Amino acid sequence: MAGIVSRKGLSSTPAQTRPSATDEPVLVRALLIGLVLAFFGLFLLMPLAVVFAEAFKKGWEAYASGILSPDALSAIRLTLLVAAIAVPLNLVFGVAAAWAIAKFDFRGKNILITLIDLPFSVSPVVSGLIYVLLFGAQGWFGPQLEAWDVGILYAVPGLVLATVFVTFPFVARELIPLMQAQGSDEEEAAVVLGASGWTTFRRVTLPNIKWGLLYGVILCNARAMGEFGAVSVVSGHIRGKTNTMPLQVEILYNEYNFAAAFAVASLLALLALVTLGVKTFVERRSV
Amino acid sequence: MTRLPLHTVRQLALSLVLGAALAAGPGIVRAETTLLNVSYDPTREFYQDYNAAFAKYWKAKTQETVSINQSHGGSGKQARSVIDGLAADVVTLALAYDVTALAEKKLIPENWQQRLPQNAAPYTSTIVFLVRKGNPKQIRDWGDLVKPGLGIVTPNPKTSGGARWNYLAAWAYALKQPGGSDDKAKDFVGQLFRNVKVLDSGARGATTTFTERGIGDVLLAWENEAFLAVKELGPEKFEIVTPSLSILAEPPVSVVDKTVDKRGTRPVAETYLNYLYSPEGQEIAAKHYYRPRDEKVAAKYAKQFAKVNLITIDEVFGGWDKAQKTHFADGGTFDQIYGAAK
Repeated sequence: MAGIVSRKGLSSTPAQTRPSATDEPVLVRALLIGLVLAFFGLFLLMPLAVVFAEAFKKGWEAYASGILSPDALSAIRLTLLVAAIAVPLNLVFGVAAAWAIAKFDFRGKNILITLIDLPFSVSPVVSGLIYVLLFGAQGWFGPQLEAWDVGILYAVPGLVLATVFVTFPFVARELIPLMQAQGSDEEEAAVVLGASGWTTFRRVTLPNIKWGLLYGVILCNARAMGEFGAVSVVSGHIRGKTNTMPLQVEILYNEYNFAAAFAVASLLALLALVTLGVKTFVERRSV
Repeated sequence: MTRLPLHTVRQLALSLVLGAALAAGPGIVRAETTLLNVSYDPTREFYQDYNAAFAKYWKAKTQETVSINQSHGGSGKQARSVIDGLAADVVTLALAYDVTALAEKKLIPENWQQRLPQNAAPYTSTIVFLVRKGNPKQIRDWGDLVKPGLGIVTPNPKTSGGARWNYLAAWAYALKQPGGSDDKAKDFVGQLFRNVKVLDSGARGATTTFTERGIGDVLLAWENEAFLAVKELGPEKFEIVTPSLSILAEPPVSVVDKTVDKRGTRPVAETYLNYLYSPEGQEIAAKHYYRPRDEKVAAKYAKQFAKVNLITIDEVFGGWDKAQKTHFADGGTFDQIYGAAK
């Protein structure tokens, strides 16, 4: 309300010479806003609505039986397990990498930054295939792993590895600009006053980055649970064993089991909505 | 900047991890015997039923509980996964070449196809056309597929077993026409592939492309896959066209020796495959629209399957090894045709 009043005030003042940013004719403005809304509705709201509409098409019972089937439950468990391992790992890696990059100068820093970004630029399918080439029975470490009877590919460790790789940049990428902007003055002050490295990190750095960190973790978690391409390559698609939720959605859809497919998909969509909510909350708090 | 409620963040993280760990807890511990059946795309519904029947049979025979895990996908892709270390106790794939690939990597012996009756293929199928209700494009036989402007959906012969059967059936049709030759057959299949709209990686993906996404006028499909689509999605939407000539598709099965010897599951894995040949196993196969080998069961379900002139891969193409090398290896006829068709 305040905004509208002040804008009116500005345009009616003859002394105001600088043109307002929203000086275009009403028609142009309405057209642009309409376009954006239509785009938003068509590409974001409608698909979301379709997911829930399809999920509940055959009623609550079909929805519940879709989600409560043993295979779907095991997919949900596996997805949570993979995220519960991959996200804390990337939390530690991400903080360590961002701390090193933002607070210190060393040779090869740019190479390290490029490496951190690598998973963003590599197709997820390729991310999965590198693990097949490394840990597959015909791969580099395959024969040795087999001799030790350690299963990585087509088992939970492979899924975790692929997920860690794909979600690696989220935490670090979120923290690096933040920590760079904050500089290292406070840390230097702490060190001068006699704080140890660990105390400096815990009492000075961590409080400063906590919201950025939480934000990065949320994004990392969302991607970890939703990843399809890389985990599809390393999963082996054993139902009830190595299928994560996104893979389960594909399987159910391909089995003409549309209600169940969309029921599981709606869980993933709900997760996205919750993520969005938490993200907004974190952004508000951090300002 | 708000004062740090770091403990809240910590609690949140802790409860997330604990929650996930608790959720993951049950289901990991299981004492019973398990088998992993790595199969191709359209067998999903069939093996779901068969596995339940076999578990019952095994329990009655040995008092042991067995549970069978399933993995499905394009046949070539699945063979690749087993080679890369997917620990399959048994493979039930779309064609012999994909199982031979396991023999080449020494996962199974060379003579795997002689270990079970009927070339180790307990059921057969063939290739038919699925068209939209009323057959609006009047597709009756292979010859109709090369009409300009027609849209065909088939999976990719490089990754899908069914697609390789499709390809060879079309080739055999052209070869068996009056004055047919390999050159003419190559021309014909080339024309056919110019009409292909979508090449999915597996048979089931191709079926959903045709039925759900509504792309194309005709789907080249396994007979059982076409029947299933009509049953699941409604005879008011689709109908099956059986061509004048098609190919006898023999999807083979094998125990994966390397896995069963390591896991000690050979007896149950072998019984699992042998039970496919029993009247009960054959009956379940027939119910899922696979053509049974057992004569009694075949007679019972005779009405279900159209009579087709079926050629075999051995008589027309000299076996799978030769067919694979000529047609689907890198630089083979499919690459020549598809490179030119694009």
